[in-house]
Amino acid sequence: MLFNEPHPLETRVLTKRMHEPGYNGTVEAYERYGGYKQFLKAVEMTPDDIIGEVKTSNLRGRGGAGFPTGMKWGFVPRQSPKPKYIVVNGDESEPGTCKDRVLIENDPHLLIEGCLIAARVVGAERGYVYIRGEYRYLIDIMERAIDEAYRAGWLGKNIKGTGINFDLRAHSGAGAYECGEESALLESLEGKRGNPRIRPPFPAVAGLYASPTVLNNVETFAAVPSILEMGGKAWADLGIEKAGGTKLTCLTGHFNKPGVYELTLGFPVEKMINEVGGGVRGGRKMKAFIPGGSSCPVLTGDEAWPLNMDYDSMAKAGSMLGSGGVILMDETTDMVKAALRIMHFYAHESCGWCIPCREGTAWLKKLLTRLDAGSGSARDIDLVGDLAKNMLGRTFCPLGDAAALPTMSIVKKFRHEFEAKLSRPVSVPVTSPDQLVSLG
Amino acid sequence: MTFSPDLEARFEKLVASYPEGRTRSAVIPMLMYAQDELGAVTPELVAEVAKRCKVPPIQVEEVIGYYSMLHRKPQGKYHVQVCTNISCLLVGGEELYHHASKKLGIGHKQTTADGIFSLEEVECMGACSWAPAVEINYDFHHHVTAEKLDVLLDSLKKPQ
Repeated sequence: MLFNEPHPLETRVLTKRMHEPGYNGTVEAYERYGGYKQFLKAVEMTPDDIIGEVKTSNLRGRGGAGFPTGMKWGFVPRQSPKPKYIVVNGDESEPGTCKDRVLIENDPHLLIEGCLIAARVVGAERGYVYIRGEYRYLIDIMERAIDEAYRAGWLGKNIKGTGINFDLRAHSGAGAYECGEESALLESLEGKRGNPRIRPPFPAVAGLYASPTVLNNVETFAAVPSILEMGGKAWADLGIEKAGGTKLTCLTGHFNKPGVYELTLGFPVEKMINEVGGGVRGGRKMKAFIPGGSSCPVLTGDEAWPLNMDYDSMAKAGSMLGSGGVILMDETTDMVKAALRIMHFYAHESCGWCIPCREGTAWLKKLLTRLDAGSGSARDIDLVGDLAKNMLGRTFCPLGDAAALPTMSIVKKFRHEFEAKLSRPVSVPVTSPDQLVSLG
Repeated sequence: MTFSPDLEARFEKLVASYPEGRTRSAVIPMLMYAQDELGAVTPELVAEVAKRCKVPPIQVEEVIGYYSMLHRKPQGKYHVQVCTNISCLLVGGEELYHHASKKLGIGHKQTTADGIFSLEEVECMGACSWAPAVEINYDFHHHVTAEKLDVLLDSLKKPQ
């Protein structure tokens, strides 16, 4: 089911079938619209040719990190005697992100075909679609689609007489943001607590059960069939240089018409807000803009308006394209409260494995709680910035950075809002650390 | 322990879903599905899952404390989860949570005396573009208003 009206400025590549009248996502419907043909094409191609097309397409990981997919697949040691695995990251839990839901719910066979092509490339015979526990209905949909694919001969032994064997299963998570980080996801898939692993070795070399593993986001796998269909070059040309194709973009927050829309890479922010998203709610001014999930540095409205939605533009402006979860905040937004709510999340989700993140997020939450309640001091504002800065790059996995980056940017760009909430004049210091604990 | 035929079938499929010697992978999904049937993760269930997945019980215990959806005490028949994370917060998620709390007379992670409802303020559940969102058990509800939530909760409360 599609939860919002489509928009004419969308470029439908991954979502093209689901918009056809009466399309129901079954294997018959998928085949009727040309489904699984790209897998058969892939069987005729060499693994290196397939990787070549994916590299040419400039597809970059859609989960948030934006790593080039073709390169990632190229790192898998195909000659290794160990079994190879395909793992789909469907743990979608970055605040502001709800796009993988749209893909799995409406076109699950597209994901299966993407997995099959990846399996063909590295010679994997098993794959798992890891889906967050809260998405139980999607796990059910995925399981039904997998059963259909087995019955139709697209999964199992000697698929369609190609000699290729591939088994795929849906796997339920149980509620942990951290498991969206790839090495933590692998731990979770092995039945353990979702603590991250030290890398290297990377999952391409030692992933699931210490074996070579192709691990990508749902949207990344779902993009692969269309790359083979159109050819890497044509797919790349949909987007801009260094960032090919389309991105499912989630417009959330103060839009008149929030929703998930498929937009080409490099789509102008101004057009995305005013046309696709129907403008800022109530005709208000945009105060802040987060391009791709709450772990991205926050941009001010003025900074964001002239930008384009692609990796390099956002990086140049000091933020990230991330997962495509756009969060728009209008002029009525209390930025101190927003910073607190974001930190509340990261403190809750920190797995506790390493100290800078476990302690850092907890202390930042305490400080921000006090500042939001109006009992903070000027020194607290600096302390928030310093603490966050000292978490950066000092944790096993990016959760520490994810907590630090939005916080540092909010403190820097909206400091006046923190100062306006202070209980005492800016010149008066100091609160002892002991007091902080009692306020925790 | 004996389970419903459906759950038994699922357990069998789960254990066969992972390579030989890797049945530990089935621990978390098994707990999730069994918890739905039993209402909570009980000590007997821990022992049973350990036996079926061929792992020491401690390896089952250690995941229960980690994953937020696994719980040792039963929740209400309807577990009402209101998201107040950033995208929902911006469009009234927090007010919706307070409304639910007032209407049900319970707070975060509490259950009503009749055992029908429990309430939880949850982190992002992936409904950000259709916020504010509420998930009741595994059913998503989008663009929820206080009025819509009242109607929903009242309809669930009626004996069926």
